[in-house]
Amino acid sequence: MINTVPPAIIFILGALVIPLLKGRLKSAYLLLLPIAGFINLINIPEGTNWIVQFLDYELIFGKVDRLSLFFGYIYHLITFLIILYAIHVKDDLQYVAGFIYAGSSLGVVFAGDLLSLFLFWEMMTFGAVVLVWSNRTRKSIAAGFRYLLVHITGGLCLLAGIILRVVDTGSIEFGFIGLQGLSTYLIFIGFGINCAWPGLHAWLPDAYPESTIMGAIFMWTFTTKTAVYVLARSFPGTDALIWIGAIMTVFPIFFAVIENNLRRVLSYSLINQVGYMVCGIGIGTELSINGTVSHVFCHILYKGLLVMSMGAVIHRTGKINCTDLGGLYKSMPLTCIFCIIGAASISGFPLFSGFVCKSMVMEAAALGSMSIIWFLLMFASVGVLEHAGIKVPYYAFFSHDSGIRTKEAPLNMLLAMGIAAFLCIFIGMFPGPLYSLLPYPVDFDPYTPFHVVGMSQLLFFGAFAYLLLVLSGIFPAEIRAVNLDFDWFYRKGAKVFMIGCETLNNIRGWVQTLLSKFVDETMKHGLDPVYIPALAARYVQFKIARVFFKEKARDYEFKFRRIQKMGESGMSSGADIPRERIGFSLILALTLFFLYLLVYLIFYLPEKL
Amino acid sequence: MGKKESETGKPHFFDKPKNIKILFRVFYAVLFISFVFEFFIHKHTYFRWEEWPGFYAAFGFVAFVVLILAAKYILRPIIKRKEDYYD
Repeated sequence: MINTVPPAIIFILGALVIPLLKGRLKSAYLLLLPIAGFINLINIPEGTNWIVQFLDYELIFGKVDRLSLFFGYIYHLITFLIILYAIHVKDDLQYVAGFIYAGSSLGVVFAGDLLSLFLFWEMMTFGAVVLVWSNRTRKSIAAGFRYLLVHITGGLCLLAGIILRVVDTGSIEFGFIGLQGLSTYLIFIGFGINCAWPGLHAWLPDAYPESTIMGAIFMWTFTTKTAVYVLARSFPGTDALIWIGAIMTVFPIFFAVIENNLRRVLSYSLINQVGYMVCGIGIGTELSINGTVSHVFCHILYKGLLVMSMGAVIHRTGKINCTDLGGLYKSMPLTCIFCIIGAASISGFPLFSGFVCKSMVMEAAALGSMSIIWFLLMFASVGVLEHAGIKVPYYAFFSHDSGIRTKEAPLNMLLAMGIAAFLCIFIGMFPGPLYSLLPYPVDFDPYTPFHVVGMSQLLFFGAFAYLLLVLSGIFPAEIRAVNLDFDWFYRKGAKVFMIGCETLNNIRGWVQTLLSKFVDETMKHGLDPVYIPALAARYVQFKIARVFFKEKARDYEFKFRRIQKMGESGMSSGADIPRERIGFSLILALTLFFLYLLVYLIFYLPEKL
Repeated sequence: MGKKESETGKPHFFDKPKNIKILFRVFYAVLFISFVFEFFIHKHTYFRWEEWPGFYAAFGFVAFVVLILAAKYILRPIIKRKEDYYD
C-alpha cells in the first residue's frame, strides 16, 4: 500500500515542472506523468478521502466510488495517448495547459463538495481556452475569447446556483440534486452549458476546430464528458434530460451533412454523441447509466482516434476542409486505416466498440417503451454513419484526388492512434472487461443475433442509400462556405451591441461639445459677469431695432458688439469694474465666519457639553 | 486522374476500376446477406414494428435519404453564408 494523493494534484502540480525540463528528460517526464497518476489512482481506496476543513465547511477532494474511478481510468488513459501522440510538439504552453485542463477535470470528477467542484470547473475553462489560443491565429484568439465569455457565463450561473443551494440547505455536499427550485435549475443550466445542450452548444463547433492539433484531443475529451459525469452524479433520472439528450443526438447531424471543415463535422458529431449519454442519464435505470458510462469510455477512445487522424492530416498537409482534401490514402495509408477503424466504431458496426456501448442506452429506451425517443436515437445512428462513419474518412482519404502527396504521420502519432484503434476493436470484440468496471452489475449481451443483424441492416442500407444518392448526383456537394449556428446570435449580437455603444458614444460627444461650449461662453462672460445684463439688453435692443427701426439697427449692433468684445476680452475699462472689492468680500466673508464661530462657541457649545 | 498517376509512378488501389468493381460486389453481397439472415434468426423485440421483415433495412435507407434531403434543401439555404461572413 502506498500513500496516495488526490488525482488532480499530480497533473496540476506536475504541469508546473514541465517548463523546467529539456530534451529527452522532458519527453520521459511527460509520458511518465499520466502513468504515475494512474498508479496513484488504482491505489486510492474507495470511500471519502482528503477532507479539508475550510471556514465552516468541509472540502472533499476524493469522493471515490465506481463512477468516479471509471472516469479517472479513461482520463488517465487518454492523457497518456495524447501525450504520446504529441510528444514531438515543442510548445510548453500546450503541455502545461493540457495537464492543468486534464487535472482539473479529474478534480471535478473526484470532488465531493460543490465549492472545490466549482474551483476545478473554472480551471478547466482556462486550461481549455489556452489550448485554443495556443494555435496563435487571429481566428483562434477570437474564438477563444468567445469560448471564455460563454463558459464564464455558465460558471457564474453555476456559482449562483451553488450559493443559493448552500444558503438553502446549509451543506456544500455534492451528490444527488434533482430538479426542484431555483438553485437546482441554475446548477442544471450551468452544467448544461458545458454539456453543449441544444441552443447552448454553439461555443463547441466555434472554438474546438480552432484549437491546436494536440489541444483538440484534450478538448474533445474533457469538458463535455466531465459535464456528463456531474449530470450522472447529480441529476440521474431527470425526465428533461431524456428529451434534451434525444434532441442533441438529432439536430447536429443535419449541420454535419453540409459542413465543409472536417473538425467542425467532428464537433457536431461530439454533440450528437454526448446526446446519447445525456439521454441515458435521463432514463436513469441501471442499464441506461451503465450505457452512458460505457459510452463515455468508448467515445473518448474512438472520437480521440478520429480527431487524432484529422490532426495527423493537418500536421502533414495543413488543410482540413473537404474541398481541399482527398486521395490521402495513397500517402497516409496507416492513418487512413486507423481513421476507418474510428469511423466504424463510432457508427456502431458489430465487432467495434460503439456497438457494445451505444446499444445499452437504446435498449434502456426500448425497455421504458419510449418509442419516440427510440426512433430519434435510431435516426441519429444513421446520422452518425453519414457524417462520422462515411464523410470524415471519405473526404479526407478518398473522394476526388486532391493531388496532395505527403508522408505518413510520424511514428509517435501512429503509435497513439494504433493503441486507440486496437482498444476500439478489443472492446468491440470482448466487452467483458469494460463491463466489469461499470458502476452497476451488467446483465446485457450486445451480440444477440437479432441485434447484430438489425444494426448491420440499418448501417449497410444507410450506406446503400449514400451510394445511390452519390451516383444520382443528389448528394450535396461540399461548398466553401460558413454555416451559421447559434453563435450567430452573440457574434452578430455583439455587432449590434457595438453599434448601440457607438450611437451612445456619439450622443455623449454631442452633449459634451454643447456643455463645453456653454462652459466656454460662461467663462468668457464670467470674467466680467456685470456685462451679462447689459449684453442681454443690448442684444434685445438690436434685434428689435432690426425689425422695427431699421435705420437705428447699425448703431445698436455696434453698441452690442462693443460690449460683447469688452466682455470677451475681460479687459474692459478697468475703471468701470471694482476689482479690489474681491479682496474686500473675502475679508467680509471671513469676518462673518468668525462671528458665526463666536456665536457657536458662546451659545451652543456649552449646551452640548 | 491519368496525369497524376504518371506523376506519382504506380497507380493506387482505387485508381483501378477492377478493384472498385470488386468492392461494389462485396458490398452488394453484404447487403443481401444482412437482409436474408433476418429470416433465420430468433427475434427478441420490444416494439411491434421490429417484427416487420426488413424494418431496420428500410429504416436505415429512408432515414439516410430524409437526412440528406432535409440538410440539402432545407437547412443549407437557411444557414449558408460566404466564407468571409464574420470577418
